[in-house]
This record gives sequence, structure tokens and C-alpha cells, in this order.
Amino acid sequence: MAHSAVPVTARWPSAAAAALVLVLTLGTLGAVAWRAEWGGGLAPADWAAIRFTVIQSLLSALLSVLFAIPVARALARRRFRGRQLLITLLGAPFLLPVIVAVLGLLAIFGRGGLLNDGLVWLGFEPISIFGLHGVVLAHVFFNMPLAVRFILQGWLSIPAERFRLAASLNAPVGRLLEWPMLRAVVPSTFLVIFLICLTSFAVALTMGGGPRATTVELAIYQAVRFDFDLGRAALLACIQFALCVAAAALAWQVTGTDPIGSGLDRVVQRWDRGRPIGDYASIGLAAVFLLFPLVMIALRGVPGFLDMPGSVWAAALRSVTVAIGSATLCILMAVALALRGGAMVSVIGVMPLAASGLVVGTGAFLLVFPFVRPAEVALPVTMLVNATLALPFALRSLAPAVAQVNQDYGRLALSLSVDRWSWVALVILPRVRRPLGFAAGLAAALSMGDLGVIALFAGQAQETLPLAMYRLMGAYRMDAAASAALLLVGLSFALFWICDRWGRANAAV
Amino acid sequence: MKKTTYLPAVAGLALCATGALADTPVLQVMTYDSFVSEWGPGPAIEAAFEAECACDLQFVGTGDGAALLARLQLEGPRTDADIVLGLDTNLTAAARETGLFAPHGVEADLDLPIAWTDSEFLPFDWGYFAFVGNAGADAPASLQALADSDTKIVIQDPRSSTPGLGLLMWVKTAYGDDAPALWQDLSDNIVTVTSGWSEAYGMFLEGEADAVLSYTTSPAYHLIAEEDDSKVAWAFDEGHYMQVEVAGKVAGTDQPELADQFLAFMVSEGFQSVIPTTNWMYPAVTPAGGLPEGFETLVTPARSLLLSPEDAAAKRDAALDEWRTALSQ
Repeated sequence: MAHSAVPVTARWPSAAAAALVLVLTLGTLGAVAWRAEWGGGLAPADWAAIRFTVIQSLLSALLSVLFAIPVARALARRRFRGRQLLITLLGAPFLLPVIVAVLGLLAIFGRGGLLNDGLVWLGFEPISIFGLHGVVLAHVFFNMPLAVRFILQGWLSIPAERFRLAASLNAPVGRLLEWPMLRAVVPSTFLVIFLICLTSFAVALTMGGGPRATTVELAIYQAVRFDFDLGRAALLACIQFALCVAAAALAWQVTGTDPIGSGLDRVVQRWDRGRPIGDYASIGLAAVFLLFPLVMIALRGVPGFLDMPGSVWAAALRSVTVAIGSATLCILMAVALALRGGAMVSVIGVMPLAASGLVVGTGAFLLVFPFVRPAEVALPVTMLVNATLALPFALRSLAPAVAQVNQDYGRLALSLSVDRWSWVALVILPRVRRPLGFAAGLAAALSMGDLGVIALFAGQAQETLPLAMYRLMGAYRMDAAASAALLLVGLSFALFWICDRWGRANAAV
Repeated sequence: MKKTTYLPAVAGLALCATGALADTPVLQVMTYDSFVSEWGPGPAIEAAFEAECACDLQFVGTGDGAALLARLQLEGPRTDADIVLGLDTNLTAAARETGLFAPHGVEADLDLPIAWTDSEFLPFDWGYFAFVGNAGADAPASLQALADSDTKIVIQDPRSSTPGLGLLMWVKTAYGDDAPALWQDLSDNIVTVTSGWSEAYGMFLEGEADAVLSYTTSPAYHLIAEEDDSKVAWAFDEGHYMQVEVAGKVAGTDQPELADQFLAFMVSEGFQSVIPTTNWMYPAVTPAGGLPEGFETLVTPARSLLLSPEDAAAKRDAALDEWRTALSQ
């Protein structure tokens, strides 16, 4: 990322944000390691888990990005009714709690799912979804929408002037404009998805069909819950970080920078669109793949919706409060870090992705326990942790936009002696409004669906909506749980939509 | 904390509010999540005990039985808990090893299919693990028959779920050194392994498998709460492994008398009569009025299998390796 001279902004906000990230990732890991009695190293089964984890993450990230490119390209090139709604809806799978998404996928791809019903009706053998292919399918379902959004953002950030210039010169848009943009955007998108899949546990196990599909995160779970071997848990968490660092270093190696100058925010007109059939085919396929399971989740949840116990609504209110809090915090942290820029910030920005949820929760518990009863700080801690866990996505969305503004307007601002505050408030924030809205929506929705820390901390009075949903399932009340899941999806989506919408309020695209 | 925290973000407020309750002695019972949920036994038991103890009974819920043990190990001697409720006999050896528990000192006439002699852990309910399927479907008569059939099942991972661990011990107890062969035979029946009971049970209800590992008492829920008799538990010839859920008194408790009073209450009518239709297990002491209507329809295994806590702890790691090896091929 280019760092031309820009007006200097205060340092302490970024330092505070970085410190919080470090405490919640390395600090919690340290707390677990500190409490551990160190015994033997890794078992052979742990190595198998590491191998499986890396393979499924690579495949999942690769396919998510590969499928996302044509969809993003098609969405960037075409204008049609409902396009905006579709873009927002396509983002929904990423926001789903694991169990909800798995049940939604099974309603399509499972034994009694629509796909197998169709195959049997046509006279084919039914297929089984469980195995490595199932893990990858579920991860692509979760993460492809994210890849589409990131890559689409890249496409939309190519200024209209460049397309106009390319058209007037009859130059190849693909090689001159789109390829450099992809070089800049794809590696970091790949990295983010790789890291998300790296820490996957319940999806991998359930869709993987058995202990073959043991991931590092499950091995950590086993170390803590089954063996109470905190040393091994800490060691495995370190390995997860090492994999993260290696992947990040590799991704940055191949990341290109976008070379050409800025534009004037005109609406993009394309002269190179060709025949629409291919574009609409990719959009259609993606929509079917991503939206059908969502429809099944909605259908399953509707019947019991009005019969849900009152406590579910109270839990929903609590979750919305936490989500708004953590989205606000996340955005403050992301803006602070993005303004600061630099390699350190890039590292901080991906660290939360590599952190093991269970180690963060356990470590936070160990840090807090000597001072207060964990249930008393359950919601504030959840807010902090959720803000930190959403930070990579917010930063991934904001940082390039801020860097672009720096590059385009930094020298002008310096020459005009624009003061710090005006620089941030009048130049940067209005120009990054779209990624800002997207990031806030994502952070809020991710926080809604999160079940990480709260499960370790919460008592009855701190129950959040995902926890309420799990408790309903645990009490055999699957219909009520399905309705709670629908409420959860609806609320996550509404939060996301409101923020995302705000980000696009004055933009034509 | 039930009555005090409503404003989630304001933790400080909660800290102040706890002070107001300081005059009434507080008994803290650490237990698993589903025990304290509004559909679990927690609320009714809290009301019944508080009516006779002049105290404030507080439940702290955390995950499942295994998570409960891990939480206790994390907290160590500094724990605020006075009672730990919800461990099972597969976990009590590790719990005993922490040295945190005191003898329960309760003499009770327990209605368990086995003799109970543990001086530290007192049972409050029990059940049999079983595969639950749909009524009318072909029901295999044994684990081996299940393994030889085409029946598709969902099970839970022993590393993250107590029923999953129960099945591991069931197979080990029934088959001993032949357990790996049985797992091998079972491997093509297992649709998938889930991390917890809820996921597996949900998948079974959605039709993803013919049967799911659960309890012989699971059909009672459908029968009593939903008036649905379409779910049945399969009785197996090898016998069924039991889950005995226990509670223990924390040695370092600051409320030893209250803790003793609670343990005595635990095996009395007020506690035991709540268990069948909230925890969906058999009460450790059958209530005076007998079991609720519907429980008589449940299958009762001919043989009850249960390893002692020490045997369970000793065999666990090897059994897990066998399981993993057989299912990883």
C-alpha cells in the first residue's frame, strides 16, 4: 500500500486498538499457557488434524474465490432490477450461525433434501454430502458471499475514467484494468477465507462425516474439554497462529498494487460487456446455491414463530444491544488502524482470524476470574471479543479505501495544510462511506450470530439469542429453535442491511 | 444474578446490586446449561428449595457435563461454587482427582439398577443410552445387528459430547477387545458425527438418519410434551450403558450446612419429582406418586452396563484411539 505524505493523525487510537487485539489474541493464549502444566508434545492424531485443516482450508478458499470472481464481475457489469437487494441477500450465508447453516444446507443437499429427491425422481442414485466435499461445500456456501463482496468492491473502485480511456483507445480492459485490480484484491480475500476455514470446527466435523475431519480447533477442544491438557491446547493454538503468519506472508508476497491514478467518482459506463448470457448465468447459479438453503431455513422457522417463549425476545433484545455496541467499537478500531496503515496494522488485522475461539474464551475467563464473577461481565466481554473478531473483515474492507484516499488526496491536503480533524472528517470518512457501512453491518451481524465467548461466561440473565436457540435445541424444542434461528437470521440481516444501506445512501452503485 | 442484571452493558450496576442480597445466605450450584434453562429442572427446584432453606439458591450454568468439569478445573480452589451438579460417572474420576470435593454424607435409599457406594458423589438422576428411531421402522436387536444392517445413524463425538463418550464406553464395555471390530462394522452406518447432542438430534428429526444416539427416555418427551408416539428407543441384547448424573459438595464451601441441606433435599420429593418431565431422565429416588404417565411405555433394558469411574477413566484414552482409528479409514 502506498504511503505518500499525508496529514498526520493522532497515534493513540490505533495503539489502543492494537493493544486490545493483542490482549485478546496473544494475551489470552498466554493466560492459557501460563496456567498449563506442560507435559508431552503433540500426538500423531494432532498432526493428522493439522494436515486435514490445511487441505480443507486451501480448497475452500480456492473454490470460494474462483466462483466469486465471475459472479462479482457479472454484478459489476450488469444493471438490473433488484440487483442491489440481490447483492445484500447474497451476503446472508456468511452471517448464519453454524448449526442453522448446516441444517439449511442439509435441507437441500442432505439425504431427504431437495437435490436427492430430484435425483431419485430422475432415476439416479442419491448422493451423500458428508465427506471432504461436504466440508468444502459448506465453507464455500459460507464464504463465497464474502469473496463476492470484497471482489465486487474492487471492481467498483476502478474509476470510470479508466474504462472510458480504455474504451477510447480500444485497449483490453481485462489485462489493463481488471487483472491489476484482481492482483490487488484476490490474495487478501483468499487469505481471509483461508483463515476463517482454518479455525472451523463444528462445520468440518458435521459435514466431514467423522473423525477423519478433525481440525486443529477440534483438537484444541479435545485438549481443553476431554483431556484438560491446557499445554497442548496452547501449543495447538500457537500452531494455528504460525499457519496464519505463513499464509499471510505468502498472500502479501503475491499481492499487487493498483498502479493508475484516481478518478472523479463518475458512474461507470462499460463498453466491453459482450453478451449478457454468461453474466446472468453466473449470477443465477450463485443465487440458487446461496439463497435456496436460506429459503428452507425461513420455511422451517415460520410455523412456530408466534409461539416462541418470551425469553427468546428478551435474548434477542440483548443480542441487538451487544451487536450495536460491538459494531461501534469495531468501526472505531478499524478506522483508527486504517488511518495508521503499515505492515504492523496488516498483521494486527488478521490475527483475530487465527485465534482459536475456545482459547480466547478460556484465556479471557482466566484473566477475568480472579477479579470478578464471569457472568457479571459476560456481555461487555462478549462485546469486546466480538468487535475484535470482526475487525479483520472491517479492516479488510476499510484499509484499501483509506489507503486510496491517502494516495489520491494526501499531497493536496498537505499542500493546503488541512488540519487533522478536517482531514479525517471531511476528506476520508465521506470517501470511505461505502466500505464503512459494509464493515459496520458485517460487524453487527457477526456479533449477533456469535456463540463463542458467551457460552463460557453467561448465566441465565445474560442469555443471547444464539445461546437461547441452542438451549431450546438442548431441551428437545426443535420447532421453537427453528423459529429462534429465523429471528436470528432476520435480525442479523436487518442490522447488516441498515448499515450497508447507509453506506450507499449517496452512491449510485 | 437472575434478578439483578437487566441492562447488559452496565456491569458495574450488577456489582452494586449483588450487595443488596448479602443478608440472605447464598448457595451457588454450578451445573450444566440445560439444567438451568427455563425448560429444565432449575426454576422449579430453585423455588422448592428456597421455600425451605431461607437462602438464595443460585444456579450457574455452563455448557454440558464435560464443560462443567473443565470450568471447575479452570477455577480450581478459588471457585465460588458450593455444589457441583451434573457430572456423570465418566467424569467423576477426573473430578475426584482435583481434590476439590468433600464427602456428601447423605444416606439415601436410591432406586438405581446398580448398587451405589461413592462417598463423594451423590446421584440425582440416571438413564440408559439408546438409539432412538422412528416407530414402525426395522429395529435392530443389538449393536452388532445395527452394525450389520443398512440403518443410518448419527452419533456424537466423544471428545466434545457426553452422550458421545457414553457410546464409546458402551461399545467398550459390551465388546472389550472386540470393540475396534464393532466400530469398523458400524462405520458404514454412521452418517456423520456431530459435536453435540442437539445437532445430532436435530439432524435425526429432519430425516437425515434413521436413528440417533440419545436416551431410552427421549421418546417420553415426544409422548408427554408433544403427544407424539412416533419415536421409539431400541432395546439391545448386549445391554445398555448407563449415565448416572451426580452432584458433589465443594470442600472449600463457605456454606457447608446449606450445602448439606441441599444434598439431602436433592434426593427428596421436591427435587426428584421435577426431574422426569424436565430433565427427561429417571429420578434417582422414585417419587411417592410413581413416574409420570407415559414412562411405563419406555423400553427397559435387560442388562445395565456401567464402568466404575476409575475403570472408565483408565479405559477412555485407548477406547478413543480405537474409535478414531476405526472411523478414520
